[in-house]
Amino acid sequence: MTRGLLQTFEILRKDALIEWRARSQAFALACFAITILLLFSFAVGPDTAALRQHAGAYLWLCLLLSSTLLLSRSFQTEVESGALETLILAPVSPPALFYGKAIANAAQLVLLSLVSLPFVVALFDGHFAMPIWKLLPVIVLGSAGLAAPGTLYAALTARLHSRQLLLPLLLFPLIVPCLLASVKATSLVMAGDPMEQMSSWLTLLLCFDLVYWSLCGVLFPRVIDA
Amino acid sequence: MRWEHGSLGLGFILLGIAHYMGLFVAPSDAMMGDVGRIFYAHVPTAWVALVMLTASFVGAVGSLWNGRYTWDAATTALAEVGTVLTGLLLFQGAIWAKPTWGVFWSWDPRLTSSAVLFVMFVAVLILRRVVDSPERRLTVTAIATIVAFVDVPIVYMSVKWWNSLHQTPSSPKTVSDTMHLPLRMAAFAMLFIAIGIAVTRWRTIMAGLTLEAAAPDLPTRAPTLSLREEGA
Repeated sequence: MTRGLLQTFEILRKDALIEWRARSQAFALACFAITILLLFSFAVGPDTAALRQHAGAYLWLCLLLSSTLLLSRSFQTEVESGALETLILAPVSPPALFYGKAIANAAQLVLLSLVSLPFVVALFDGHFAMPIWKLLPVIVLGSAGLAAPGTLYAALTARLHSRQLLLPLLLFPLIVPCLLASVKATSLVMAGDPMEQMSSWLTLLLCFDLVYWSLCGVLFPRVIDA
Repeated sequence: MRWEHGSLGLGFILLGIAHYMGLFVAPSDAMMGDVGRIFYAHVPTAWVALVMLTASFVGAVGSLWNGRYTWDAATTALAEVGTVLTGLLLFQGAIWAKPTWGVFWSWDPRLTSSAVLFVMFVAVLILRRVVDSPERRLTVTAIATIVAFVDVPIVYMSVKWWNSLHQTPSSPKTVSDTMHLPLRMAAFAMLFIAIGIAVTRWRTIMAGLTLEAAAPDLPTRAPTLSLREEGA
């Protein structure tokens, strides 16, 4: 198990290094996310009350749309440089490869959401009825919920020309429970939680993450073997 | 004539009898009146759809386990039938919902999870179409089916886990005695029809896979030039 954890950490470190060296792409992704938020505010119009009420939804839809770009890049570097086969042949266990990449993707989504949050507050007049740190578990669990199945599907569609169509087509219906729970929990942090529903939504997120982080880890070896 | 044709024939005969009884013989629902008679179509469709998708999951696990194309063909045939039945289920539900709830659609847990299930399996079938390599197609179909199947128990349990507008699952305990016979008959009828169609599709898919294996250079499927795999 220690060996597996070390391998996971090495994959995570490799992906972090690649992202750091190509940080212009990360900057472009952040700009894309902010553009999505702007588009939402333009589409809804100057109805401040509506914008404030649905700010949580706009944040998570922005993350979801950005995640398709992020996740499709997840294996692209290896596919384009022919390094995927090398990675598979290397003495790295497939589950370690999956968890390393999934954690890297989740971390990027968390960073992206933290970058987007000030814009959500500014554009949608977001207020926080609860302490803002209570949003952190929602962001972490929600990002993890997008990352695990997203990483599996990114690997599944990595070698297909139509990956940019298939990845969202496969991923978006699957993550509906995660999206619903993340939006609801975020809205509760922003608007207040008089009925104490927060724990229920966090439990749903946690269950979603547990199911998909386990299932995708089990299935991943077959994806890269194919 | 093959046995699946007999299954289809028997299924349609039973369906005719069951729906005749449901429309003209069984009493109307105490609360919904004659609107509730769609129950004899909607509930069996739901049951058989979930059975087909569960069988597809079993096929997916089997095809990953042994890598045989018979299992791959079964996974796909069952997923196709299950997906069509799920779509039909959503359509029937909307027809039933309008006079009952006043709207065609509501974001109720059962309806939402069923819609998600339908879209996920449509995506699985689309994914299958764009993969040319038979070995890879077997793997991606199986994996996508297994992941999509996670929603099936959620669909079934949604009315128990959450406060749902939708009725609780129908069973002999929740359904009046006078409605048992047409309901059971309709359920078996739908099952026989679904099995007949699934086995026919399985044979068709197997014929395609056999031809593909025998003559790999022949275009056995309609070309999808914009969606081919890299290097194909």
